[in-house]
Amino acid sequence: MSYVAHDESAFAPPAEVEEVELYHPKTWVGKYVWSQDAKVIAVQYAMTAMGIGLVALVLSWLMRLQLGYPNSFSFINPSNYLQFVTMHGMIMVIYLLTALFLGGFGNYLIPLMVGARDMVFPYVNMVSYWVYLFAVLLLVASFFVTGGPTGAGWTLYPPQAISQGTPGSSWGIILMLVSLAFFIVGFTMGGLNYVVTVLQARTRGMTMMRLPLTVWGIFMATVLALLAFPALFVSAIMMTLDLTLGTSFFMPAIVSMGQQGGHSGGNPLLFQHLFWFFGHPEVYIVALPAFGIVSDLLSVHARKNIFGYRMMVWAILAIGALSFIVWAHHMYVSGMNPYFGFFFATTTLIIAVPTAIKVYNWVLTLWRGNIHLTVPMLFAIGFIFTFINGGLTGLFLGNATVSVPLSDTMFVVAHFHMVMAIAPILVVFGAIYHWYPKITGRMLNDTLGKFHFWVTFVGSYGIYYPMHYLGMMGVPRRYYAIGGTDFIPASAHFVNEWITIAALIVGAVQMVFLYNLIWSYFNGKPSGSNPWNATTLEWQTPDTPPKHGNFGATLPVVYRWAYDYSVPGAVDDFIPQNVPPREVTGRNSSKT
Amino acid sequence: MVVAIVLVLLVVGSVLFHFLSPWYFTPIASNWSAMDHTISLTFWVTGSVFVAINLFMAYCVIRYRYRKGKRAQYEPENKKLEWWLTGLTTVGVAAMLAPGLFVWANFVEVPKDAGVFEAVGKQWSWGFRFPGKDGVMGTVDAKYVSDKNPFGMNPDDPNGQDDVLVSSPELHLPLGKPVKALLRSIDVLHDFAVPQFRAKMDLVPGLVTYIWFTPTRTGKFDLLCNELCGTGHFVMRGSVVVEEDAAFQAWLSGHPTFAQTSAQVSGDAAAGKALFAVCAACHGLQAEGNPAMNAPKLSGQGDWYLKRQLKSFKNGARGSHEKDVFGKMMAPMAATLTDDAAIDNVIAYIKTLPDNPALITTKGIATNGQKPYVTCGTCHGADGRGMQATNAPRLKGMSDWYMVTQLKNFKQGIRGAHPKDLYGPQMALMADILGDDQATHDVVAYINTLR
Repeated sequence: MSYVAHDESAFAPPAEVEEVELYHPKTWVGKYVWSQDAKVIAVQYAMTAMGIGLVALVLSWLMRLQLGYPNSFSFINPSNYLQFVTMHGMIMVIYLLTALFLGGFGNYLIPLMVGARDMVFPYVNMVSYWVYLFAVLLLVASFFVTGGPTGAGWTLYPPQAISQGTPGSSWGIILMLVSLAFFIVGFTMGGLNYVVTVLQARTRGMTMMRLPLTVWGIFMATVLALLAFPALFVSAIMMTLDLTLGTSFFMPAIVSMGQQGGHSGGNPLLFQHLFWFFGHPEVYIVALPAFGIVSDLLSVHARKNIFGYRMMVWAILAIGALSFIVWAHHMYVSGMNPYFGFFFATTTLIIAVPTAIKVYNWVLTLWRGNIHLTVPMLFAIGFIFTFINGGLTGLFLGNATVSVPLSDTMFVVAHFHMVMAIAPILVVFGAIYHWYPKITGRMLNDTLGKFHFWVTFVGSYGIYYPMHYLGMMGVPRRYYAIGGTDFIPASAHFVNEWITIAALIVGAVQMVFLYNLIWSYFNGKPSGSNPWNATTLEWQTPDTPPKHGNFGATLPVVYRWAYDYSVPGAVDDFIPQNVPPREVTGRNSSKT
Repeated sequence: MVVAIVLVLLVVGSVLFHFLSPWYFTPIASNWSAMDHTISLTFWVTGSVFVAINLFMAYCVIRYRYRKGKRAQYEPENKKLEWWLTGLTTVGVAAMLAPGLFVWANFVEVPKDAGVFEAVGKQWSWGFRFPGKDGVMGTVDAKYVSDKNPFGMNPDDPNGQDDVLVSSPELHLPLGKPVKALLRSIDVLHDFAVPQFRAKMDLVPGLVTYIWFTPTRTGKFDLLCNELCGTGHFVMRGSVVVEEDAAFQAWLSGHPTFAQTSAQVSGDAAAGKALFAVCAACHGLQAEGNPAMNAPKLSGQGDWYLKRQLKSFKNGARGSHEKDVFGKMMAPMAATLTDDAAIDNVIAYIKTLPDNPALITTKGIATNGQKPYVTCGTCHGADGRGMQATNAPRLKGMSDWYMVTQLKNFKQGIRGAHPKDLYGPQMALMADILGDDQATHDVVAYINTLR
């Protein structure tokens, strides 16, 4: 790490591969519908994800209405309640968060941030989106088939998922499994693009250790997804075969509703192992992009370099690697050999160390910073607070002994919403407020943004913090109604009512956000090319919004890391990555 | 500024909520207080971290907020600080993990002197089995499961003949003795969970899983299914009664062995005919029911259900609520059947009577009742034929006015709330789904269309 260098090539090693010619469409349809431009694909991904996410939001309202005001609504019954729960979970985790972080932010930011003209396989990238859209449509179709969508819970555990006591066990579950398979196919096309683009298409001077943490987070999440989704893919196929052809991968001999089942020898635990081998990395598939993005938001808006960049990169790698050997902490009470508990409790608690380091470094980035309390910064701070809470309750659930009384209770629901729903979605919002100016050339409305932040942040904490205590009392999750139990005091109902009211409010305020997105597109203050005075390459494009090809005639050359904020001796409090050392005004030192 | 204040308020509020709110773990009733200790320890460690980091962040936001002319410090990394923090975190994590693993070692190792019972789960009820005098459980297999053999006992296994079968969802356990619970499901995943015991474990079809615990407090505790098992998951309840050993032994000896249940012969219809004369006065000569006498139709109803109801009327589980006017009239009638043989005989006679659909009397709107019936149908059958496997009586062609009354009784706690009524609470939760009287009439009107 030398601070003095005179030869410019020492600052800018050559790129990995030569530049290639892009296909430039002539028609409107070619530019905006069958588009091969990663930026357009990103917006397509984001709009589809947010659209289906709205459906999932409404579903959460419906289930909260039942829990807050039991049996007051004739359109909610035990069957469709489970369908609401299931579809809410599956949509939010897979079709919203995964698609939005990787397909949305990944597509938009990776080429711009690494200094590439586009993804390396633009055509495959386009197909990726359309396959994703098809998967979403299949999912939506399940609302309209006989029996409705599956109500098996988002974990889709057999035998229940495909036996007759569960809603949607005929058509709903098949559409769900097929939709997942298509989602994975579409994702794989996109995912290979993201990984290869990061590894091969970085511009001259953009070494791996100069990548913004946003790119590191999305990159590592994509690697995880490429390795984890196949486990879900095969289990979806195997369950479909159990259901349609009568195979017995997961189905033992059972008697359901007084009728012999016709299967024998299958093992339901096999599915759980496969599911969580995917499912646990999935948590980090959602979390790592959020980790990366929030690092950059904090750095830009605190006008300070991210604290401990190298440690942050290693933490991302360590978390990614460890995430593949912790899956059975979801299964402490599943009936698997209980001796596995020793191993998985240990690995799970080890993963807390790199995660904690990331939290420390975020807070230490604020320390001695020059903090601008912009809307993205507010969301970043909200994220840290929420993530600390959700991360710490993970230490309860990861430690086998502590986990047992809390398993399958509302504590689990509160924990995972805190850590992988609210925390990442706060980053999504922060990121949208941050990058919207680059995407549209206009700023989002600040007042609406602050209102949106305060209600969302405080409101969702109000939803999930008390929910932990319901779980500690022993209130199970996925219960349509709890009535008729002695151990739950009547006052617990007050908690449920409170949570429901808060959820309705927080949900409604998201409409303000959508309104802001639309209103600002036409009326927002013009942003200029770099409204936040940020250093990374996407803010240095000749046009805002960037045109197809991103960087005009010549690609930028990178001379420094992404975090040269408030460099001593420099006049400006930021030095963009593509500014050569000799052009830094007032420079007397600079980090490579 | 505001954000820093809010952060502080949220931290303070969270801590106050933790200590002041009335909602926390239930008082423990098993030997697993070590679990509670690891939970407390985890609370102290994580709570301190939560308070410390967030307050530090609030401090940073105030102290280093943007001021014109100020600059952030340029400090790419601080190795010493980072290693210190890593080291401290590792120590904190180890402090939680080590005791956790220690307790886990106890959790997975069953003491040698532990007694054994088996909990059997099916959609959506519990049953229990004790090994009997020989101390050995007989073998079981899903292929043996039937209405007459709900536990799936192997009829040819001599070890199983003396196994005690408890087909009600109420389990009794002796105080202060370690027990190993063998867990078995005959259909889908379930989970044996008693919040006060802390220990819980899934039931996995095709496997036998286990947990062990020692009940340390007498009382009646809710048993809940904690693993999603379909539409009726939330009504899959039971209870565990912990009592002194003598009371437990008395309870256990009141339950039949497998040999006894399989040797049961059905009643004598001819003998039952004489007994039925008392019933016929209200229920009609053909047991066709009589709305004027508030007596429902009996013919065609499942014999297992009639038997259970007669016994419930006899032991006070039904017909003892002060508002249950007609139930109170039935209770003394049931008392005229002096023993189990008399009950079996009269039911055998009812089975010989012609089964004609009851007259339709309600004016609900059947089309509105179709949707809510989907839930009923999961237990009672989509065609309302009734299923012994789910403890659900026949509905189709039975007295509609009676179903309306009973649904209202379930909703108002007149039926299904008696502590001896082991099956009623499940239906009471289900009846709650029907919002108002109109909904009740509508669903019964729909049942009238089932043939």
